[in-house]
Order: sequence, then C-alpha cells, then structure tokens
Amino acid sequence: MSSIGLPHFLAVGAALFALGMVTVVTRRNAVGILMGVELILNAANVNFIAFNHFVEGPGRLTGQVFSIFVIVLAAAEAAIGLAIVLAIYQTFRTIDVEETDLLRE
Amino acid sequence: MTTLPLLLSAILAQAEHAGEAAAAVAERHGTEIAQAAHVSWLWLIPFFPLLGSAINTAFGPRLQKRYGKRAAHTVAVGAMVLSCIVAEVAFWKMFATPEHERFFEDHLWTMWQSGTLKVDLSFGVDPLGMLMTMIVTHVATLIHIYSTGYMADEPAYWRFFLWLNLFVFSMLLLVMGSNFVVMFFGWEGVGLCSYGLIAFWYTDIEKAKAGLKAFVVNRFGDFGFVIGLFILFWSLSGSWQDNRYVPDPGLANQKVLGAPAPAPRVSPAGVQLGPTMEFRELRNQISDESSGMSERLRDLTLWGMPVIALICIGFFIGATGKSAQIPLYVWLPDAMAGPTPVSALIHAATMVTAGVYMVARLNFLFALSPLAMTVVATVGCLTAIFAASIGFFQYDIKKVLAYSTVSQLGFMFIGVGVGAYWAGIFHLMTHAFFKACLFLGSGSVILACHHEQDMRKMGGLAKYTPITRWTYLAACWAIAGFPFASGFYSKDEILWKAWTAGGLSTPWIGHAIYVVGAIAALGTSFYMFRSYYMTFTGEYRGGHGHEDKERLEDPHAMAAHQHAAAAVTAPNDFAATADVVAATVPHQHGPDHAHDTHVHEDAHGGVPHESPNSMTWVLAALAFAAVVSGIIFGLPALWSGHEPLLEKFLAPSLPAAEKVPFAPASHSEELLFQFLGVAIAALGWITARTLYVDAKSQVPARLKESFARAWAVVYNKYYVDELYGATVIRFSLFLSRVLYWIDQNVIDSFVNFMGWVGRSVAYVDAAFDNYVVDGAVNGLADLIMNGGRTLRRVQTGHIQAYLFGALGGAIVFVILQYVIR
Repeated sequence: MSSIGLPHFLAVGAALFALGMVTVVTRRNAVGILMGVELILNAANVNFIAFNHFVEGPGRLTGQVFSIFVIVLAAAEAAIGLAIVLAIYQTFRTIDVEETDLLRE
Repeated sequence: MTTLPLLLSAILAQAEHAGEAAAAVAERHGTEIAQAAHVSWLWLIPFFPLLGSAINTAFGPRLQKRYGKRAAHTVAVGAMVLSCIVAEVAFWKMFATPEHERFFEDHLWTMWQSGTLKVDLSFGVDPLGMLMTMIVTHVATLIHIYSTGYMADEPAYWRFFLWLNLFVFSMLLLVMGSNFVVMFFGWEGVGLCSYGLIAFWYTDIEKAKAGLKAFVVNRFGDFGFVIGLFILFWSLSGSWQDNRYVPDPGLANQKVLGAPAPAPRVSPAGVQLGPTMEFRELRNQISDESSGMSERLRDLTLWGMPVIALICIGFFIGATGKSAQIPLYVWLPDAMAGPTPVSALIHAATMVTAGVYMVARLNFLFALSPLAMTVVATVGCLTAIFAASIGFFQYDIKKVLAYSTVSQLGFMFIGVGVGAYWAGIFHLMTHAFFKACLFLGSGSVILACHHEQDMRKMGGLAKYTPITRWTYLAACWAIAGFPFASGFYSKDEILWKAWTAGGLSTPWIGHAIYVVGAIAALGTSFYMFRSYYMTFTGEYRGGHGHEDKERLEDPHAMAAHQHAAAAVTAPNDFAATADVVAATVPHQHGPDHAHDTHVHEDAHGGVPHESPNSMTWVLAALAFAAVVSGIIFGLPALWSGHEPLLEKFLAPSLPAAEKVPFAPASHSEELLFQFLGVAIAALGWITARTLYVDAKSQVPARLKESFARAWAVVYNKYYVDELYGATVIRFSLFLSRVLYWIDQNVIDSFVNFMGWVGRSVAYVDAAFDNYVVDGAVNGLADLIMNGGRTLRRVQTGHIQAYLFGALGGAIVFVILQYVIR
C-alpha cells in the first residue's frame, strides 16, 4: 500500500480543472460559468499546495501564500463577474450567454 | 523732395567725372578712339512718340468721340513737340561738348546675353545720329501739324496719328540705337508702320495690296541685312595668338551659345576687341591701327570670298530694300497709295533714307572694301538715271515725286558709295526738306483739285493756290540744283566727289558715275519743272463741280494703271483726258471722301482753292529750309575757304572719310564742274518750260506719237513690275503650289500614317489595360472580398465558441509537442 503522493493531488487538480473547463464551455447560464471559473481557480490552488508540500518542502509557505492570493482574487472576481452578469441581465433581460452575442458586431 | 536736386547734382558730377576720364583717354590715344559720354535722358526722345502712340491706341476712339479730333492730334503733336524739345537740348549740349567726346550714350538695360553676344537696349547719338534725330523730329513735327489739316475729315483720325507717332518712335530707334539690334528693331518697326500707313485706307484693295507689296519687298532686303550682321558677328570673334588677333579656324570650332564669355582682349591702345553689337565699339576696333582688326577683316575669307565685301553687300541689300534702290525699288511708287503726309514723311524724308544713313553709319566697314563701295555707288547711279527716266512721262503727280525720290536716293548712295559720306548725308538732309515740301505741296494741290492726282487735269493753279505754287517752285529750284538753293550744293558735291573718287575698285568708274549722274540730274531738272508747269501754269483743266468729281476722282488709288491703256492710244496728252474718264471705273467711296462735306464748302463750285493755314505754314517753313539749308550747312570750301559746317560737324562720326582717297584737283576744275551743274539744271528747266508751259506746245504730243513704242515702255516703268510678276511672283506661286502638293500628299500622308500607328498602338494598349491589368486588380479584390465573406462566419460573438477554439488550439499544441518530439 503506497502512501498518498504528489501524483494523487495533481490528479485531483486536473480533474477539478477539467470539470471547471467543461462547466465554463458548456453552461449557458452566466452564473454557472462563474462557478466553473471558481472550480478552475481551485484546481490551481490544489496544485499550488501540493507542489509547495512535495517540492519546496513542508517548512516553506510560498504555495500557501499564492493560494491565499488566488482565494482573495477569486472573491473579487466573483463580485465583478456577478456585477457583469447583472449588467447583462439588465441589457438583455436574460443571462443566457447564447443570446449575448454583441461581440460579433 | 529736397533729395532730388542733390541726386541730380550727384548724377551730373558723376557724368562730368566720366567725361574727364574719357577726355584723358582720348588724349592719350588720339581722337580716332571714340569715348562715350553718358546722357541719362536721351531715351525721352523716342519715348514721347511711343507714349503718344500708346495713348491714341488705348483711348483714341473714346477721346475722339468725347472731345473731338482735336484731342487725338493734340496728343500726337504734343508728343512730337516734346520729343523735338528734348532733341534740341541734346543738340545744343553736343555743341557745347568738345569734338572727340560727342558720343552721347544712354544705356537702359541689357536685353540678353549669351556667350559672347551681349545685346543692350541703349541709345547712342554721335553727330551723325544727332543730325538724323534732328531731321526726323523736326520734319515729323511739321508733317504732324500738316496732317491735322490734310486729314481733317478722316473718321479714323486717331488711327492715323497713332501710326504716325509709332513710325516716329521706330525711326528714332533706328537712328538713335547704339547697336545693330536696336537699329534693327527700328528698321523693322518703320517697315511695319510704313505698311500700316500705306494700307491706311484698307477698304480699297489696291491700297491694301500696295502696303503688302512694300512689306514683302522690304523683307527681301531685311534678309540681306541680317545675313550681313551674322557674318560680321562671326568675323569679329577670334583668339589672341602671337601678339595678333587671329580668327578662329572655322564655324564648327566656335562655341557661340552656352559658352562663357571669354576674357576680354585689349589692343595696345586700350580698345577691347571681340564680337560686339555696339557701333561705337566696332568703330573703335576698326579705327584703332594697333588692333590689327581692319587688316584682319580685309584678309578674312569665307567660302573663298572676301568677308568684308560679303558683309557690306549684305548690309547694302538691306539698304536697297529700305531705300528703294535697284532691284528692290518697286514698292516705293506703289507706296503712294498712302495719305500724302505719309508719303512726305516716310517715303521721302525719313524712312527711305535709312539705308543711306546705315551705309554712312558703317562708313568704317564700307571703306575697307573698294568692291562694296563700287557696288553701292554703281547701284545708286543706275537707280538715279533709271528712276529719273521713268519720272519723265508720269502723269500722276505723286508718282513723279515717287520716282524722283528713288532717283535722289540713288544720288545719296553715289555719295556714300564713293566715300563722300558727309555729302551723301548732306543730300539726305536737303532732300528731306525739299522733297517733304514737294510732297506736301502735291498734297495741297490734290486737295485743291478735289482729290485729283492726274496732272493732265490740273493746270493754272498758280492763281488759285499762290502759297502752294511759290513753295513748290522753291522746292523745284532746290531739287533741280539752281545756284544758291540747297540741292545745288549737295548734288554738286556728290557728283564732284564721284568724278575725283579714288577709293573705287576701278579708276574709270568714278568718271562713268559722274556722267550718268549728270544725265540723271538733267532729268531731275526736266521732270520737276515739267510737273511744275503742268500743274501751275496754263488754264485749269479739272472737273467742274461735284458730280464730275464724284464720278471721276480716285484720290489716292493707283488709277494710273487704268489710265495707261487709254493714254497710250490717245494722240494728245490732254485729249487723252476724255478717254481716261471713260476708262476710269467709278470707285467705291472710302472714308476719305468725307472731305467734301464741310471743310471744302467753298470748293463746291469746282474752283481750286488754297489749303488751310496749318498746311500752308508748314509748306512755307519747309520751302525756306529747302532754299537756305545749303548755304548754311554746306557752303563748299571753294567758296568760303574753310570746310563746310556739316562736314566739320559730322567728322567725328565718319572716321573713314579721311582714309578714302580722292584725286587732287585744281580750284578751276571744281569751278568748271559747278558751272556744268548749273548749266545742266538750266538746260532741264528750259526744255521743260518750252515743252510744257501753259500747255501750249504741241511738241510733247508729236514726240510721243513718233516714238510711241519707246514712250509706252518708259511710261509703263520698263515693265519692271510685270517682269517681277512673271519671274519672282510666278516662281513664288509655283513654288507655293509645289509645296502645297507636297504638303497635301507627302506630309499629310506621313502625318496620317503616324496617326494610324498611334491609334493601333493605343488599341493594343487599351486591350492590355482592360484585360490584363484590370483583370489582375479586380481578381485580387474579388479574392479578398470572398475570403473575407467566408471568414466572417467564424466570428460568432459567442464567448464559449472562442473558448472552444482556444482550448482546441492548446490541445493541438500539446499533441504536436508530443508528436514532434
């Protein structure tokens, strides 16, 4: 029985990233997309912590600091994203991203 | 304003300074080198007539409409008077100047400069130019005044005066120009004005033709002038080798245009050598013994001919055109179609003497070539007798005077040809007076007889027109050479110099010229008194009243052509009148006939009448000058013991006069010749009186009958016009027809072929343009448009689609990385 190592963490991270990516690409609801983005960010956090522990060494904090930055950033990003979603809603009366194709113009 | 006097005094001081310097130089090198004194106001002399002409050109019709004819002639006569005053001032200034400084120059600006050719617009008067300027301005002023009377009923009054003023301007350019080019401008200008004035009544086709003839014949002469000028310019250039001025090897080696002006060559006496257009510089180059220029010109040959003779004969051809000598004299008799004041001013007193003036002006050139001198004198002498003989039997009073003018010009050319330059100019001056007087007198007669020019229909005018009669008689004395009248001195001097001439190519030719000239002088006396007796004595033979006149007269047209046929067949001169009447086609009345309406109210009865004061006073002034000018200016040394005034005055202008040799002769011989001259004049007079006084003698008619054939030949001017018509004109017409054919068939087909080639090339080019160039451009545009249309579908606007793309791209790169590795 082998102990839990770096590849396991990376696998979780990759899985999370893939789920987040699929969510972002496929969801038609803007809020859902935001949630997918959160998943991607958290996949990155998992990787940071794993690399910090297994590569830098247990005494070092670099990965943790990055994770905390990313969490803060995710909070801010969520706030702005929701504001944008609100603005989209006010403009289009919907938050379905299939409908919001003004960029084509 | 205060600066003006200062400026003036500064200019004067400068001029004085220049004069002193010139005097110093002249003293150092002797008087044969002429130094110029600058006189800054000379340009005013020709400027005033130009201004007058410009004013009449621009505003003439309006001035005349608003203020009457007075305005037009005030401008013209005013301009002439101002010009006259300036000329007088210059004349007296010249008297106050020492002899060797009498070269006034006024340089205005350089017109163009190219290589060694430098042409200035500048005026220069030496004593010769001064004399001509005085004659031109004064005689012209008198004739302007006369014209105010003669042309009083001309509707285009302003046009007449604008031409007249322009003529005086051109003539002054001619005589005052300090270089060949300004002279040539004047030379052409007088030709133009002559044309404009001969054809003044241009609605009459005959008069328009006469103007054209004068213009075209003069072109032939001008061609000679220009050729002479070119050869002269070429022959003056050269280079300095072995301390001598030598000619360049040939025309081919000569850079004329575009070459920088070479460094000036200076002769030991300080004269600048090289090509020049300036008379004074040319004169100095040739007069300066140390320059070697005269030897060089004498030795130089061009195509095996002596260059100096070519130059002089070229110039002389120009003179034969302008001064109506054989073979180019034919235009002058026809020029009588112009108004009579024009005949007096242009075709007697001034313009036609331009050739004589030019030969005298270039005396230093002509004196170098005995051949050229002989040609000049011989042509002059032949013209004198030839024209005089035609003058014998003319009936048109103006034609008599025209042939007389040609003949007298011949005398002048004898003078300048044999080297008696001052005598030629002297005759020019006296001729200006007496011939102007005769012409104006004839104008007065023509007016008196209601525009009749045929002397057979005059007669007995002495009692109707006393002033005209006496002035005409005085001028006849002068031209015939009666003692103490001016023509006696000038003609006698010319013939005497011809007898003793030593500068001609053959020794006996001087004597021959004397004999022929003396016969011509006899003829002169005869035909002048013939015209006098036919016109002024006997009974008036003219028409009576208006109807007659209306039908008959053709005042200025050359009706003589029509008269000739009738006159030849008629047994008697005076009986011919009836035939002439029948032969004369009633003509269309030109504007000049407005005359009859008011000025000549008194003439309606058909009685001749004296002319207005403006004309008679001028006649009197000219007659006075014609009689006394000889005694004043040309009293021969034989009588007074010192050289004639005019000869002394002209001496600075005529450096060659001292170099032409004359045979020594005793005083008694000269007196004998003077007596011969008087005898000749008297013989002519007595013959004319016997034959023509009071129209009584039947001898002329009998003589005419017995020599009818000879008479007809002379009366028809030896058929010279017909000869020209058969040769020169026919040849020209033939040539023009040939050229027309070539133009139509050769040139045109070539031009059309070139046009066709151009069109074909253009057709091919258009196809290429349409299909290849346009195809490429349009194809590219289509390609890009279609591509763009296709590609725009990619831009959906869906964020998720883009994200798919990005993801796909990333995956592809990842896979590629594994594959490539």
